[in-house]
Amino acid sequence: MIATLNNLSPQREIVAAAKGRARVSFIGARSFLLETSGDFDLASQRWIWALSQTVKGWADIAEVIPGMTNLLAICKETPEDPEIVVSRLLEAWNNAQSLDLAGKTIEIPVHYGGPYATDLPALCEFSGLSDRDVVRIHYEATYRVFALGSAPGFGYLHGLDPRICMPRKAVPSLRMEKGCVTIGGMQTGVAMLTGPNGWNSIGYAQLQMFDPASSIPALMAPGDTVRFVPARIEL
Amino acid sequence: MIEIVETGPFNTVQDLGRPGYRDIGVSAGGAMDPFAVRIGNILVGNDEDAAAIEVQTFPFKLLFDVHTVFAVTGADGQLVLDGRELLAWCTHVAEAGQVLELKQPPTLARAYIAIGGGLDVPVLMGSRSTALRGGFGGNAGRPLINGDRIEIGSTLDELPLPANGIAVVAPAVALGDVFPAPIDGALPVRAIAAGEQELFVSDGDAFWSQIWHISSRSDRTGYRLSGEPIKPTKTIEMRSHGVVPGVIQVPPQGEPIIQMSDANTAGGYPKIAGVIECDLWRLGQARVGSRLRFVRSTHAEARAVEQAVARYVEDVQRTSQMVKRALRAMA
Repeated sequence: MIATLNNLSPQREIVAAAKGRARVSFIGARSFLLETSGDFDLASQRWIWALSQTVKGWADIAEVIPGMTNLLAICKETPEDPEIVVSRLLEAWNNAQSLDLAGKTIEIPVHYGGPYATDLPALCEFSGLSDRDVVRIHYEATYRVFALGSAPGFGYLHGLDPRICMPRKAVPSLRMEKGCVTIGGMQTGVAMLTGPNGWNSIGYAQLQMFDPASSIPALMAPGDTVRFVPARIEL
Repeated sequence: MIEIVETGPFNTVQDLGRPGYRDIGVSAGGAMDPFAVRIGNILVGNDEDAAAIEVQTFPFKLLFDVHTVFAVTGADGQLVLDGRELLAWCTHVAEAGQVLELKQPPTLARAYIAIGGGLDVPVLMGSRSTALRGGFGGNAGRPLINGDRIEIGSTLDELPLPANGIAVVAPAVALGDVFPAPIDGALPVRAIAAGEQELFVSDGDAFWSQIWHISSRSDRTGYRLSGEPIKPTKTIEMRSHGVVPGVIQVPPQGEPIIQMSDANTAGGYPKIAGVIECDLWRLGQARVGSRLRFVRSTHAEARAVEQAVARYVEDVQRTSQMVKRALRAMA
């Protein structure tokens, strides 16, 4: 795996003119989830990155967790009037400017197919594509890290070709190996832990992407660019 | 130094957790009953967030290598020091060579052993808690095993204790009006409706009105509930978003999952409700197989309960310091 600074190739995607509406819902008494109704794209995520910076500065907020075109804000204590928090979040969303986080480029060598690609046949059936095509479509794309979550250091990647999107499983695999390269809905990623996992595995990557003793424990950060490089294709 | 003489498979070192890293996928973790850890630590003279042992598989035995102050909180009794039965929620002194044994508590799920000076395991990302999913923190990132030896931190300000110790009235009793007892054997758990509740419009009442059982497939990550499945009116594929302990997600089979201390940090299953934060410790003390019922709550109620808990903790803090200072003055 190679991590390099991405200074030479700034992303210049066209920013959509319309921001899309947002809604805020509760999780328990202290957490507020803002979800945007807009497209699942880089433009929407850039507003989320900007919103994240703003909300982090609020005195009553303990934690901000950007998700995929959404944001969870956790208050230090239960607010007296939750509707005030809701309005502040919506106002901040409406005022958010696009923020680009041009990070580093990470190349991840992948062993496509083989024993860890347990869900590749199902994906072929679902998509109507050959295994060769599924794999090629996966590694030809360039992905952006939209957010981290779910497991230490796990990056949610945007940029999956809609032809190889596949819903998460109704019944998760009980024991998916750490390192499995997976597709879940419109997202792709690399499993960071061995354990139950509802995503669909199409390959395997050997990597160390999280170190709790490091001052920056996670290798991936929002804004980074990820490329999957076929190290081996076994179909 | 303490030595683990006998332990079941799921006992760990925990403090009040590792909040602040959910945005890189790290669960806050920490004790399933943080309330018990705070009180135990205050009693033995530690900071509230010192590391303690969370015992959830019994029996559990540990050997003290040195003169040590300790308190067992959380559980409703069943602790024995060298054959002598002791009170829970009370400070005690152990001498080098003595063995503390915790037997299965009669009704609760988890006991906490707070030790004067706290357990001195390395601080990782701001906490000494064991992150089981990530395999780091606590005692080598794993549950305790027989023969483990753990250092004890030094106490900065050791105040004298009365011979019979200092005891508190357990929170469930002291705050009985704030935390209602189980009704017909079902623990009332307060929750606020969450994002996708409208998907369960036909089954929403079934969620709030039925009595759920905590299934045996439950652990520190989440409680799976068994009962009459609740099905959404349509299947939706959600974008991954941050989640916190207490969120009640409904996977396609219709049996809810409550995320607990080692909660996933992100999820995409529809959410029907979220348990209010100040009721989570009660869930942490609810055993596999026990029954619960969700009660619709509000932010105002959650705030009132939070404030009652804060007052109780403050009172224990102040009173224990007063008693110890008085003893020092008399000494």
